[in-house]
Amino acid sequence: MSIIEIKNLTKEFDVKGYTVTALDDVNLSIESGDIYGIIGMSGAGKSTLVRSINFLEKPSDGQIIVEGVDLSSLSEKELRKKRSEIGMIFQGFNLLEQKTVIDNICFPLEIAGVRKKEAKARAKELLGLVNMSEKEKAYPSQLSGGQKQRVAIARALATNPKILLCDEATSALDPQTTESILSLLKDINSKFGITIVVITHQMSVVTDICNKVAIIENGKLVEEGLVEQIFENPSTDAARELISGKPVRYSPVESLDTEKVIRIVFSENSAYEPVISNAILQFNTPINILKADTRNVGGTAKGEMLLGLPEDEALQAKIIDYLNERGLCVSEVKENV
Amino acid sequence: MFDGKVISMLLEGIRDTLYMTLVSTLVGYIIGLPMGIVLNVTRETGLKPNKIIYRILDIICNVVRSIPFLILLILLIPFTRLVAGKSYGSTATIVPLVICAAPYIARVVESSLNEVDAGVIEAAKAMGASNIQIIFKVLLVEAKTSLITGATITTGILLGYSAMSGTVGGGGLGDIAVRYGYYRWQTDIMIVTVILLILIFQIIQNVGAKVSARLDHRKK
Repeated sequence: MSIIEIKNLTKEFDVKGYTVTALDDVNLSIESGDIYGIIGMSGAGKSTLVRSINFLEKPSDGQIIVEGVDLSSLSEKELRKKRSEIGMIFQGFNLLEQKTVIDNICFPLEIAGVRKKEAKARAKELLGLVNMSEKEKAYPSQLSGGQKQRVAIARALATNPKILLCDEATSALDPQTTESILSLLKDINSKFGITIVVITHQMSVVTDICNKVAIIENGKLVEEGLVEQIFENPSTDAARELISGKPVRYSPVESLDTEKVIRIVFSENSAYEPVISNAILQFNTPINILKADTRNVGGTAKGEMLLGLPEDEALQAKIIDYLNERGLCVSEVKENV
Repeated sequence: MFDGKVISMLLEGIRDTLYMTLVSTLVGYIIGLPMGIVLNVTRETGLKPNKIIYRILDIICNVVRSIPFLILLILLIPFTRLVAGKSYGSTATIVPLVICAAPYIARVVESSLNEVDAGVIEAAKAMGASNIQIIFKVLLVEAKTSLITGATITTGILLGYSAMSGTVGGGGLGDIAVRYGYYRWQTDIMIVTVILLILIFQIIQNVGAKVSARLDHRKK
């Protein structure tokens, strides 16, 4: 059974007499132990979606089922209890500025009514986990962004949640710090089996740590599945845009429109063989490399290339077959990516 | 310069002034602090929005605050007599001072609480905190230094108002200044009382600012 199930979730906001649909009939199920990425451009509704999972945002329609419990069936008190079992971290860290690091981590335990001594002991243990033991007595204003997020992660884990929600948790951080926070999240996932839901607008975050991904566009879920699958074979424009990092409509290769363009994705094992060179030698025809890139997708290196093929259609088919035979993932690029 | 009688009168004046100012601030907060919390909680983006309650408190605050203190003092004489048994002297003056201070305090508290970062409140909600827990463990704690600054300003204002009540026999240093300085042309006594008021004000302001700065952990 999935740990989080979202059924027909719709959320509408009234803005000055107009109804704005932030989420439109979203269905999603997240399995226990997943690191599930929810990605979309800003304003796509992904933040509303994650805030629906702990009912900070109450759905206009549809159901949120967490560990088999429909959240709308809970009383206020039961809902608060449930929320305490779901950790959450934020883009802006949201630490209590007037409390020390250790008191911040104790805070959710204090709310839950845990005895002070026990809370302190648990907080110390968590400080060790996030590598912040020496900052125990510091105040948030004395910490860097990455350190603040580490404290926020420790705080979110204090109540031993099975689920951790991350709302743009690395968006305010520089690339190196982002990397260290992501690897911390990955550690937590593998050590404790905590299901992590990651909201982001950066594809690199998804390819770095997520095993599954859902793409949200204009409040609708347009594509979902394993990260590898979607990276190798994106089927929607939204996915292509997020992978390439630029709008589909814009294309640097527009002037080369006489060519047929294909996108190939290769993984570690195929990267050893000089496939393109061999194809050129074998077919004795030029292949134009329009773009090449390598990325880390779920821990494995993935290469990505855009190739311009010769006009001869028979030859095109042969080259595509050749590439397919070598285990590469080939997709046609209709509108140039 | 002054004989013993005048000095003991001035000392009594200081005592009465401090008594009026501090007691009215304290009682003012007993009424104004919950009012300010309710204003913050019931506003549109508050923890529990409630247009009707917000509006009622909002109007009460605005009406009372728009009446000049001196007029309020006279308007309230029958009420003051009812509560304190008489309409003159320092204890009686506390009544109008509190009525004047409470709505002002409510506003000061409301604006301090409004400044608390919405993200922190959201984080507390996500942890499963109840509204009561959020009020006492997040709002009041995070707004602590701003609340202390507000209380310092309020105390200073009430010090001034308590002196103003001297015009209608309110007791304290203001009373002395009016009786001796204005009615009897004893300018020297008036000047001394003014200096004493300035000194008391400075002490209140400095202590408040120090306490607030010491408790503030937002800046390094």
